[in-house]
Amino acid sequence: MTDIHAAFARGKAFIPFLTCGDPDLETTAAAVKEAAANGAALIELGIPFSDPTAEGPVIQGANLRALRGGVTTDKIFAMVRGLRGEVDIPLVFMTYANVVFSYGARRFLETCREVGISGLILPDVPFEEREDFLPLCRQYGVALISMVAPTSRERIAAIAREAEGFLYIVSSLGVTGVRSQITTDLGSIMAVVRQHTDIPCAIGFGISTPEQAGEMAALSDGVIVGSAIVRLLEQYGKDAPAHIGAYTAQMSAAARQG
Amino acid sequence: MTNAKGRFGPHGGQYIPETLMNAVIELEQAYDRYKDDPQFRGELTGLLNDYAGRPSRLYFARRMTDDLGGAKIYLKREDLNHTGSHKINNVLGQALLAQKMGKTRLIAETGAGQHGVATATAAALLGMECVVFMGEEDTLRQALNVYRMRLLGAEVVPVKSGTGTLKDAVSEAMREWTARMDDTHYCLGSVMGPHPFPTMVRDFQAVISREIKDQLMEAEGKLPDAVIACVGGGSNAMGSFYHFIGHPSVRLIGCEAAGRGVDTFETAATIATGRLGIFHGMKSYFCQDQYGQIAPVYSISAGLDYPGIGPEHAHLHDIGRAEYVPVTDEEAAQAFEYLSRTEGIIPAIESAHAVAYAQKLAPEMGRDQIIVITISGRGDKDCAAIARYRGEELYD
Repeated sequence: MTDIHAAFARGKAFIPFLTCGDPDLETTAAAVKEAAANGAALIELGIPFSDPTAEGPVIQGANLRALRGGVTTDKIFAMVRGLRGEVDIPLVFMTYANVVFSYGARRFLETCREVGISGLILPDVPFEEREDFLPLCRQYGVALISMVAPTSRERIAAIAREAEGFLYIVSSLGVTGVRSQITTDLGSIMAVVRQHTDIPCAIGFGISTPEQAGEMAALSDGVIVGSAIVRLLEQYGKDAPAHIGAYTAQMSAAARQG
Repeated sequence: MTNAKGRFGPHGGQYIPETLMNAVIELEQAYDRYKDDPQFRGELTGLLNDYAGRPSRLYFARRMTDDLGGAKIYLKREDLNHTGSHKINNVLGQALLAQKMGKTRLIAETGAGQHGVATATAAALLGMECVVFMGEEDTLRQALNVYRMRLLGAEVVPVKSGTGTLKDAVSEAMREWTARMDDTHYCLGSVMGPHPFPTMVRDFQAVISREIKDQLMEAEGKLPDAVIACVGGGSNAMGSFYHFIGHPSVRLIGCEAAGRGVDTFETAATIATGRLGIFHGMKSYFCQDQYGQIAPVYSISAGLDYPGIGPEHAHLHDIGRAEYVPVTDEEAAQAFEYLSRTEGIIPAIESAHAVAYAQKLAPEMGRDQIIVITISGRGDKDCAAIARYRGEELYD
């Protein structure tokens, strides 16, 4: 059992997302510790990219703030290395293909293994283009996490059959960001997914309230929340970690009820 | 094994969110179905000829030829097309295809506004809705084109994210497409983005080189020795090169925007200063920093102000079939003035990059040799900016 599987084995998972370096890496590290201490099952760490085409305005803003603050891939690796003694839940990176490709995929994944990163999410690398990264991910024991979208239809079977780590179910069309309602028929999508894999499935995009977390967790194995957490960082800056801890406690409890 | 679909050597591919995959697959299938369909071809040719004014002229530039004292210079006059640039060739093809697919709404990105105006025009002609994404910076610099698009019935959305220029307009159009694809076609303006766009846009622009070949054969009875075109994403260059790729005697030269120089940060010359990367749906060369962050590029020309290059150009560069040369703002501005005074033709500042390189090359070639320069667009839109560049306070 990989550590990602173990994270889901303890009940419905709450997975917060943070953009590394927004407003600075000390705050990111503190927020990760708060989230881990308050029930997060796994944490997604965003490596900022200058042009995040899958993100809505909130996470776009976080990416730009972080880059303006001078954060780099190397500084993020150093932060994760420092966290590993203190945080024992799995950490996965979320970033864009060019960040990994430009660093050198082998060097990137080798460093992921060394600092203890369990998985990698690349929203601009669909199933057909995984081969640039998949063999190296396997070699270094980093799960390349696939996504299923509301438009995936007949593609779901192939994606689900070959999914690694966990499967990221995109709740809605469009980019990341808080939504008041999620209208996709996720029950039907999950039913198709379940026919093809028993890998854990977490739903993300648009979730911000405990009610939504409960509903989405009832359909799946966990929920991913990004923009709502990034908004706390935007609002409270260096004081955000305590707020993120409280929010994580509330959302984790809601997810477990689901 | 890398996915072979839509590849030019290692370049190209489909690096897009899963949400968009079925939309591009559907587009690819529709394009495969219609591209050789006689009825579709007939309708498109009808629009290109009767509406856009094709074939465009291949004009012998006698005064420029005499002045430079070397190769004979011909100008491929894409500036004479309806809407004033080569962009209409691609837009009519995509809009017609989108209509066959049952789409009722076109979205597009634009830099200087040429592709936006062309898309708004096609949408008006075919009775489709149209939304154009344009960097906020560019909406201010090109206020007249913003009005033109609105006049044609399009909605213009100023993009505030990132650097507020062409790359951000592309990102925003991709985001919009991710949110709404049922009734919407993304009418991408260059030979870039995910497959099938680089191939499809090239095919729609290849009419340029097909005509050059026929027209020059009639005028001179031979092929050109060199074809020169400007390159941002590279659609007019790809269209100008395509039918000559298989004729190794024809030099293919793409002119990149060097801005204030390739040794400065204020440049958009991707082949000269970029390296291999993955962005906007494709693997190709991009201007980027050591961590893969896309560089905020600069050129006097809003249409060439893009940090990447189409994947087929990247491949033609790799295999040595085409040459890519940097041309600075100053060289382009000088060529803008030179062609205006010498031939009475005001070229787009983008096209002036190609004219500038021809000015250097022609004197080194023999009088029996022939250069074709593609004048991709007309320069009315640039007059105010060039006047300001020369220190005159002139606004649209």
